Amino acid sequence: MEPPAKYLYYPGCSLKATGVAYEESLLTTLRLLEIPVEELSDWNCCGATAYMSVSETSATLLALRNLALAHQTGTKDVLAPCSACYLTLRKSQELAAHYPETAKDVERFLEQAGLPRPDSVRVRHPLEMLYTDVGTQRLRELTVRRLQGVRMASYYGCQAVRPYGEVDDPHEPVRMDEVLRAVGVETVDYPLKTKCCGGSLTGTIHEVGLRLNYILLKEAQRKGAQAIVTICPLCQFNLDAYQKEIRKQTGEPIDMPVLYLTQVVGWALGGGFRELGLHRAISGRKLIEQWFTVKKEAETYV
Amino acid sequence: MERQIRYQREADLEWARQFTKQPGGERLLSCIQCGTCSGACPLSIYMDLTPRQIIALVREGFREDALRSKTIWLCASCYACAVECPQKISITDIMYRLKREAIRSNLYPKRFPIPVLAREFCEMVRRRGRNSEFWVVFRMALRSNPFVLFSMARTGWDLWRTGRLSLRRERIRRIGDLQFIPAASKEVD
Repeated sequence: MEPPAKYLYYPGCSLKATGVAYEESLLTTLRLLEIPVEELSDWNCCGATAYMSVSETSATLLALRNLALAHQTGTKDVLAPCSACYLTLRKSQELAAHYPETAKDVERFLEQAGLPRPDSVRVRHPLEMLYTDVGTQRLRELTVRRLQGVRMASYYGCQAVRPYGEVDDPHEPVRMDEVLRAVGVETVDYPLKTKCCGGSLTGTIHEVGLRLNYILLKEAQRKGAQAIVTICPLCQFNLDAYQKEIRKQTGEPIDMPVLYLTQVVGWALGGGFRELGLHRAISGRKLIEQWFTVKKEAETYV
Repeated sequence: MERQIRYQREADLEWARQFTKQPGGERLLSCIQCGTCSGACPLSIYMDLTPRQIIALVREGFREDALRSKTIWLCASCYACAVECPQKISITDIMYRLKREAIRSNLYPKRFPIPVLAREFCEMVRRRGRNSEFWVVFRMALRSNPFVLFSMARTGWDLWRTGRLSLRRERIRRIGDLQFIPAASKEVD
């Protein structure tokens, strides 16, 4: 499939703060792919899991406002990199389409706010963009440098692939592995690839969140991975930011780079260290520098 | 010893019936109690009741047991149960519905950080249109257990030195749009 003429980019709160490296690497990757992208103007918070826990109607209206703003621009494909944003925006469409009560609330809200019905807007995820729109063939052709001898574990997490399964198969996703292999990265078998990282649990019930992330890191290590690749700012944050604490608690030598898919792909396409946000890692900094710092003579061109 | 048995008169079957009419609850009664949800759930080992037990309580109308459980708050909405359920029950949506009702009926655990975070988050989003990660977490900590701020400081420092901690308080331009969204606390759904 051909990529659309343009994507609208819906950052969400994380990509402007803890997940800023995801924004940097996504925009760099799109630039290298020569795909135009524009940030959705005046976007609001998607509501994430928190708003849905307090009010279903408000959560739906909040998410749909973004899609209505997107509709106004005339660009159909909204790129939502954060898994929680992706799911929430997608879910609001589902609720409005299948439940007459919700549809009525939506209609009233849009009318009051003077916004159009966002019928034609499609919510998309960067993995879908890379795999379906650009395609692995094209990525292979555009690859200008390869990481030699580095094995990575693709970690899909939860809400990007579940429950809708449009980004990838909800039980056995493989597309991230295929994208990584297309740009010359070796991936390992990682059975926990769809196990949840706990989301905001590391901030609320800290010990439980820490345990979940310890299991994910340990298993990646056991399977021979030297790094974990993620497609969600919360997964990346949880796996990256607490390794020091996990080391202290378990006494195990875990210091593993946790990268965004767009950082790895962007680098293979020729992106620079800082413009891909690779300097923002907390764990595995030495390895990241070793792998991604371009040494002219050692670089392998393909 | 704590009483484990529930009597029929304590059940609210009308409540259970209403549940099946709400988005996500439609297939509740087709549960075969196989426990696949509890097995798929990465958090069930930390829960006071497993997801399977929650479903059993809800469909038999034991409202308070379900609403007072910590289980519904530990659910991280990862949808593993929902996609694995052989009866295609949207267990995640049922958990959401229970969270909402627990808040509304004031049955949620008061200083448990998860519902506190959810409420702080909504308040900020409704007033400003965006959530600023740092401020939401800060406010949650103040209202649940201020001491955690000390242990959070280390992570905060790591984020700061890598340029990932934003102290900016975000706000959207057309904040007026949101006045048409009902205040979450007053809403009944």
